[in-house]
Amino acid sequence: METIDKKRALKGGEFLIRETDAQDIFIPEEWNEEQRMIAQTCRDFLDSEVMPKLEEIDSMKNPQLMPQLLDKAGELGLLGTSVPEQYGGFGMDFNTSMLVAEEIGRGHSFAVALSAHTGIGILPILYYGNEEQKQKYLPKMAIGEWKASYCLTEPDAGSDANSGKTKAVLSEDGKHYLINGQKMWITNGGFADVFIVFAKIDQDDKLTAFIVERNFGGITMNEEEKKMGIKGSSTRQIFFNDCPVPVENMLSERENGFKIAVNILNIGRIKLAASAIGGAKAALNHAIKYANERKQFGQTIGSFGAIKHKLGEVASHIFASESALYRAGQNIDDAYEDLVKNGMDSSEAKLKSTEQFAIECAILKVHGSEVLDFSVDEGVQIFGGMGFSADGPMDRAYRDSRINRIFEGTNEINRMLAIDMILKRAMKGELDLMGPAMAVAKELTSIPDFGAMSDEGLFAKEKKVLLNLKKAGLMIAGAAVQKLMMKLKDEQEVLMSLADMLIEGYVAESVLLRLEKLIGMRGEENCSLQTDMMRIYFHNAIEIAARAGREAIYAFAEGDEQRMMLMGLKRYTKVEPFNLKEARRRVANHLLSENQYPF
Amino acid sequence: MKILICISHVPDTTSRIKFTADGKQLDKQGLQFIIGPYDDYALARAVELKEAHGGTVTVLNVGTAETEPTIRKALAIGADNAIRIDAEPTDSWFVARQIAEVAKDQGYDLILMGRESIDFNGGVVHGMVAEMLGLQAFSPVMMLDVVDGKVKMAREIEGGKEYLEATMPLVAGCQEPIAEWKIPNMRGIMTARTKPLEVRAASDETKLTTHVHFELPPPKGAVVMIDPSNPEELIQKLVEEAKVL
Repeated sequence: METIDKKRALKGGEFLIRETDAQDIFIPEEWNEEQRMIAQTCRDFLDSEVMPKLEEIDSMKNPQLMPQLLDKAGELGLLGTSVPEQYGGFGMDFNTSMLVAEEIGRGHSFAVALSAHTGIGILPILYYGNEEQKQKYLPKMAIGEWKASYCLTEPDAGSDANSGKTKAVLSEDGKHYLINGQKMWITNGGFADVFIVFAKIDQDDKLTAFIVERNFGGITMNEEEKKMGIKGSSTRQIFFNDCPVPVENMLSERENGFKIAVNILNIGRIKLAASAIGGAKAALNHAIKYANERKQFGQTIGSFGAIKHKLGEVASHIFASESALYRAGQNIDDAYEDLVKNGMDSSEAKLKSTEQFAIECAILKVHGSEVLDFSVDEGVQIFGGMGFSADGPMDRAYRDSRINRIFEGTNEINRMLAIDMILKRAMKGELDLMGPAMAVAKELTSIPDFGAMSDEGLFAKEKKVLLNLKKAGLMIAGAAVQKLMMKLKDEQEVLMSLADMLIEGYVAESVLLRLEKLIGMRGEENCSLQTDMMRIYFHNAIEIAARAGREAIYAFAEGDEQRMMLMGLKRYTKVEPFNLKEARRRVANHLLSENQYPF
Repeated sequence: MKILICISHVPDTTSRIKFTADGKQLDKQGLQFIIGPYDDYALARAVELKEAHGGTVTVLNVGTAETEPTIRKALAIGADNAIRIDAEPTDSWFVARQIAEVAKDQGYDLILMGRESIDFNGGVVHGMVAEMLGLQAFSPVMMLDVVDGKVKMAREIEGGKEYLEATMPLVAGCQEPIAEWKIPNMRGIMTARTKPLEVRAASDETKLTTHVHFELPPPKGAVVMIDPSNPEELIQKLVEEAKVL
């Protein structure tokens, strides 16, 4: 079938230079009954077991509370969504596991504990373990009998993870590796039974991963860290002192640890985005309810334009980010199916499919965490004084949000990584960037082609804006590569600007594709609010991209070249006027009448 | 033990209820539907009884195809099979007739349902079903156990509790805390689609009641704080605004 071939042919990062057919993406409106039921189970579990205990969880007075909650989640099967049935899990597809992450995402510290266990805890064994290791660990981890944590970061090795100093030395009898070193910021450290530990064997350059059980001995830890947010999430410094790890507990091969860390983080990043979107929706829901209740000057504050502005903006950001999230999730699912069909082993296919879309994972990590921050920040503002009070819900939401821009690779690292990956793929010939970039450069010096794209058809104008946005990105990226060459990697500011253009392009395209598909399903007349949100987002995206583009051009171009590129950028980021105020009001009015974010 | 659980498909408790323009029907647009909360407790208890004593739990709903997700949720919670009577549940008599038709001669030991649905809150279906089948009915039952073939129950009565023992078969209208409310687990959700859901036509189309008109309750008034040093304002508000004096 032609459509399927086309769908499968789209590779990670290719969105930059190829058009995607709206029919090929997954949109959240397509969740099936079973997936909706799973989401409801997550909601019911959070509402009955977690939300009433947030205060107690954050107090850390009862160290058993978090493991008990994880046990309960395990009884419901929430810890085994990604684990295949043969190892006691449910073998759900990637997008369904992201839906679970989104729903649990509003669970504050509990969400962090659960995602650390199911993500960076379970996945290294699932994807890199040998059969014996999988048989031994996964069934117990899938039900929460054994809880897991991931020990990568060290006091002097954070973003530069491969610089870790933890050592592993083979014992004299050759049966154990003795691990020595110090790890920090270890989520679930206080109660985990299994640790995935990264260390260097002898004088190796690269890390090796080990599965370490708490009762192997030689493990001590500091008290719980005092943190700004996610206070109920156990975070420890862990010391390994001649911790004896049986040789059969080496995960994958010697010096393969950094690769494991990087690949597991790809998955962690996109799942973090899912969790962040869940948190962002929760914060918006609180804000909507408060705006409907709080009265000033004789009316509810939701009736004021300034508040409607905030509600409309936050909702549009969430809608757009969510569109990109599940689009990428489906891409990963499709790529996985394709690889398995071609004979690849399931675990390897899971890894390869995520690696294929690592650029999108990095984009989503940044965007999702920043949308969450935006949502909680405006949430605090809508709550006013009550937003600043520790008795209201926004206090915890605001504090807990902040870590998301830091862990799983800071947003700065992820921005640079996204660009770095694109350039590497271009150099390897996997992604043809130079062709389109040169075409754009040629177009720049020629007379503008006003009639190139038809203004007819659904969202023809937006499609043109999007195409131009991509052209702007290619123009600046192409020029930056030519001009700066090897120096580009040291010009982090330029890389950040390019990343912003990339991120906005991807998310804007995703929300447009979602709308196109949704209208096909429901008809234009039933999607007017979603269309408003898409347009609101588009205007934001163009503003951000134009500013980022200028920044980059100022930074590396001069004289005529600079003038020409600035003109090009202006031309490529031109957007027709649209009454954003009225659109935000329409969206906000609907949110207020539904008393929640209903999309 | 053979248990029949009758569930209703009702708007979520947090829904904002609206009616159609003519005021004769519930406006279902944008509403989320759930298993009636009291029915949900009855279902949870039935699943517990099955776990303790063995047997089967059949879930029954009178409703159009749109109720199937709700029925499959009941299957995910632990019912073994389901029957849907394909009709709008227009009134209590109609629903009771359908239930009685399904249950007759099938040898159910227990026919359980919520004490009432939370949409129209008639609270009479269990009594009607029992009457039609010639069985005894109890409601509201807040504890129900089967010991040595006898049913031990606690019923909420004015100012206290009544403890009863009765023989099976019987019909009970249930309420919390009859069981621990159950959230469907992943395994239940994944097996629900493999469990049989039989659709039958309504057996008796007689409808004795029609809804003439619905009205929403007046919006709740806001609290007005009055300075204690100003009792005249209170009097004035009671006379002119609240019109109670």
